[in-house]
Amino acid sequence: MRRRLEAALAFACALGAVLLLAAPGPAQDAGGGRTVSEPSQPSPGLVAEGRRLFLEGCSSCHGEDARGLPDRAPTLVGVGAAAADFYLRTGRMPLPDPQQQPRRTESFYDEREIDALVSYVAGLGGPPIPAVDPASGDLAHGFELFGEMCAGCHQIVGRGGMTTRAWVPDLQQSAPIDVAEAVAVGPYVMPVFTGQLTRHDVDSLARYVAYAKDPDDVGGWGIGHIGPIPEGMVTWLLAGTALVLTIRLIGERTTE
Amino acid sequence: MSWPKVLAGWLLTRVLGRARAARELDERRRREARLREQTQRHAAERAHAQRRADLLDRLERGQDEEAARREAAHALEHDHEQIRRRRAEPPPTIEREPVSSPRAEWAVILALLAMATGAVGFMVFYVAYPDTQLLGLCLGLALVFGGVAAATAGKRVVPQEQVAEPYHHHGDPALQQDVRAIVSEGRDGISRRKLIAGAAGVAGASVATAAAFPIASLGPDVGQRIYTTPWRAGRRIVDSRGRRLTTGDVDLGAFVLAFPEGAARDDLGAPIVLLRFDASELSLPPELARYAPEGIVAYSRICTHAGCAVSMFRHPSYPATEPGDALVCPCHFSTFDPRRGGEVLFGPAARALPQLPLRVGAGGELEAAGDFTAPIGPSYGGIRLGDEEL
Amino acid sequence: MTPDPVRFVDERLGGAKAIRRALRYVFPDHWSFMLGEIALYAFVVLVGSGIFLATFYVASDETVTYGGSYLPLAGREMGAQYRSVVDLVFEVPAGNLMRQTHHWAADVFVMAIVLHLTRIILTGAFRKPRELNYWVGVTMLGLALVEGFLGYSLIDDLLSGMGLAIAYSVAMSVPILGGDLAFLLWNGEYPGGEQIWPRMELLHILVIPMAIATLIAIHLAQIVRQHHTQFPGGPGRRRSELEVVGTPMWPGYALRSIGLFLVVAGILLLLGGLVQINPIWEWGPYEPYLATNGAQPDWYLGWLIGALRLMPPLELQLGDYTLVPNPFWGGALYPTVVFLILYAWPWLDRRFWGDGRKHHTLDTPRQSPRRTAAFAALGTWVFLVFAAGSTDRATFRTTISYEAQIWFFRALCVLGPIVAYVATKRICEDLRARGGHPLRGWTGSVVRRTPEGGHAPVVEAAPPDGGPPDGAGRRRSPQRSG
Repeated sequence: MRRRLEAALAFACALGAVLLLAAPGPAQDAGGGRTVSEPSQPSPGLVAEGRRLFLEGCSSCHGEDARGLPDRAPTLVGVGAAAADFYLRTGRMPLPDPQQQPRRTESFYDEREIDALVSYVAGLGGPPIPAVDPASGDLAHGFELFGEMCAGCHQIVGRGGMTTRAWVPDLQQSAPIDVAEAVAVGPYVMPVFTGQLTRHDVDSLARYVAYAKDPDDVGGWGIGHIGPIPEGMVTWLLAGTALVLTIRLIGERTTE
Repeated sequence: MSWPKVLAGWLLTRVLGRARAARELDERRRREARLREQTQRHAAERAHAQRRADLLDRLERGQDEEAARREAAHALEHDHEQIRRRRAEPPPTIEREPVSSPRAEWAVILALLAMATGAVGFMVFYVAYPDTQLLGLCLGLALVFGGVAAATAGKRVVPQEQVAEPYHHHGDPALQQDVRAIVSEGRDGISRRKLIAGAAGVAGASVATAAAFPIASLGPDVGQRIYTTPWRAGRRIVDSRGRRLTTGDVDLGAFVLAFPEGAARDDLGAPIVLLRFDASELSLPPELARYAPEGIVAYSRICTHAGCAVSMFRHPSYPATEPGDALVCPCHFSTFDPRRGGEVLFGPAARALPQLPLRVGAGGELEAAGDFTAPIGPSYGGIRLGDEEL
Repeated sequence: MTPDPVRFVDERLGGAKAIRRALRYVFPDHWSFMLGEIALYAFVVLVGSGIFLATFYVASDETVTYGGSYLPLAGREMGAQYRSVVDLVFEVPAGNLMRQTHHWAADVFVMAIVLHLTRIILTGAFRKPRELNYWVGVTMLGLALVEGFLGYSLIDDLLSGMGLAIAYSVAMSVPILGGDLAFLLWNGEYPGGEQIWPRMELLHILVIPMAIATLIAIHLAQIVRQHHTQFPGGPGRRRSELEVVGTPMWPGYALRSIGLFLVVAGILLLLGGLVQINPIWEWGPYEPYLATNGAQPDWYLGWLIGALRLMPPLELQLGDYTLVPNPFWGGALYPTVVFLILYAWPWLDRRFWGDGRKHHTLDTPRQSPRRTAAFAALGTWVFLVFAAGSTDRATFRTTISYEAQIWFFRALCVLGPIVAYVATKRICEDLRARGGHPLRGWTGSVVRRTPEGGHAPVVEAAPPDGGPPDGAGRRRSPQRSG
């Protein structure tokens, strides 16, 4: 009886470990999903509200004139609405410590406040929020582009990764607009890809990123879509535990 | 049903039943006799094996060697007879316990039926809806149930037995001596023994070497092949869709995968990455400084450590607080500095990433100004550094 | 007359005598003796599923355009070999089940070999007279690693291509001969001539499986010839150097073993059907200029990627001639050293921590503290390097700096084996001195004062908590009473 209990416990632990390891990466909040943005003239009131919020929440690093402070934060003149929208909506800004790598988290501001801040930064010059429509993209084309340009860092199914001295986010919370803004802005240490991509390319990439969140797992449980590491864990923790328990049960005579 | 028939049936079962009972009794008696006989024989053999093992043990330890050797030879001779006889016969059963119970038997039957159900399910799904999960579930469960049935039968239904059999003690000094003698007798009367052996050795080695020669047909010589790439002065540069690239196509902070125009792309020497920096940021080796038009530099896409594609470009949007520019390989994370001629910043690569000299041709189109500065791709034993010219 | 197979065979081949013996062949009882059988049965599953897969595989890298049912690859140019496997997954009924079962079976095959090897080493089963069979086993482990790598590589998906590029670089890195060696294997510079696909297929589906099958036959024949080892003791303490005691092949052991085969095959099919392995359609086809983050080899080569990553950027150069390129250290020298240690193990045992005599009975790990400690050190070394192979995913998951982890593992690979050796030796010596089993609680005898005033040893079962019976473990001050 005791041995069976132990066996059941061991198996449960193994299963738990595999589940834990195959679960999605560090907890992140799903960001807002504005898919299309319509460029419109912001009202002066909105810009003023943005300026007020900027002075409250951003100026300690970016400076009161938004021209940045040496060794703390860059100037926002010329970065445009795309960068402001990307950083604010994905919760990457405001950043408690300027030395930190910004990471996706729940947005600090509500949608109206973001609009205000984005309007203010947009007024300092720079590219607008790009338009994106994944429905008109080509999935196969997006997959091929993703393999060429993105998979080196973000992993071929968008499960994230690392490069030396920096962490690479997964793309499981990325809305199509995030993809379009990121390739245009090149946040943190990401390169800029806009020059190489047509509107159709960006739509296709966004379509692939959306697809890769829940790809066609005809093989069954996807165990994280990162290949051999979880596969090895399943081998040792699931199959290994089950098989060792099996031989524990049948390897010896009934009576000894 | 009429009463004579009932009576006939009853008589028949009685008689048949009695015959079966008699047969079973007879079988059991015979089996018990066999077991008894086996056990007796076994006890004698066991004593003998003990004596023999002690002798061999003493022999191995080298204790009172002469006496032990004599005794051992004697014992072994006796033993051979024993072993030859025993080889043919199964080892004796020393314990036998019937364990079957109706419960265990029913468990086996149910498990076997479950196995059959799973197999039928597999066939049905294969024909009707061949989904990988359903197929695997049916056949996998069928086999697991089969395993449960077989293991339960092995442990709870059939008699649980213990049999014992002496270990064979291999190693018979007398036989070994025989073998040596037979081998050396084959040399009797030969005078040029060493010469013949030597000649045979030479012949054997030669044939073996000759037989190994065709292995060389499997692949070409390395020679200079490793140094040849499709890049020549004046070769145009195209992107992955075959469009010629101009200086305007490479933005600050961009990471452009590119190829030589009209060349095979899966050649390790073909793929390059194009990056643009502010000219003041670049600190290239002097001979390359003038081959970075408008701050655009090109490096081999293939890592000098283990041949993977250098598919990461780390480019800080605010260098003061973010890690600096680097090209990084995702296999073993070798990290190269693209502003300093691709020198190694971190990781196992020991050679800089080879740089491709660039120039601007007609219409602002980018083209190569020559071949790479160093051999591309993974290092190898014969690689020579710094013997290439632009 | 009912047909009688026994008579049929015996009248034609005279097989009854041999069969009579085979049916009563002795198998000593211990669960750990079945680890090798798991490997054997995984191999059977590999052969069965492999034959199915081989009928669909196309060993050619001719460029084709995908037109199958998986939309993300629609119109993509790819090699015919990759296409054939994607088609197997999406167009062939039960094709993906067979492919995944095959891959899981490979992972389980190597795992079972490693567990079996561990058991063999820790119990001293490799000692005289079984060294030959031990070497056969270590050789099969090496062949299994190569065989697995070839299977992973045949598909030419993104991961397999990256793996092949690294294998090519390791071949290139062999001092002096490396360039020629790599050019011979790949028929030219990587990615190689079109012949490498039939070459790898030939090795994967014929040469190496036949070699493994032959070695399995030799392995089993040697076991039959020498009989199994066993733990001493048992009922009536009959299990000894003299005779092997256990369950006969028929009926008890055969049924249990058939049961194990069915469970192994069943678990592999369940995994193959329910848990997705190596989704090559999600990786996409390989080109030498493509790579993905987080790329890994199958688990059993994780120790090599770890070694390649841990190695500092060191190459030996003579003037401008590179004598030893970097991948050689981690990719070639390291596994060679580990396998040489494994091959030398019977000799090391005889020389340093055992005796040179024949042994049919086994030690428990604690009975030979130095052997166990030495294996713990080797295992720790390999495991730490193996763990270092996953540092990139660990960085993603924990955001601990990759560079810090690499330095940490470099230090650990030097210190870990030493600590493991010392700690294991101490634990074994302690356990041996106490006479307890670490998992099964206390067994031993307790000396009790009898009512008459004398002393008598009383054997007692361990209490449910596994500790010594009431008070026996505590040191009691000598008492004198009436």
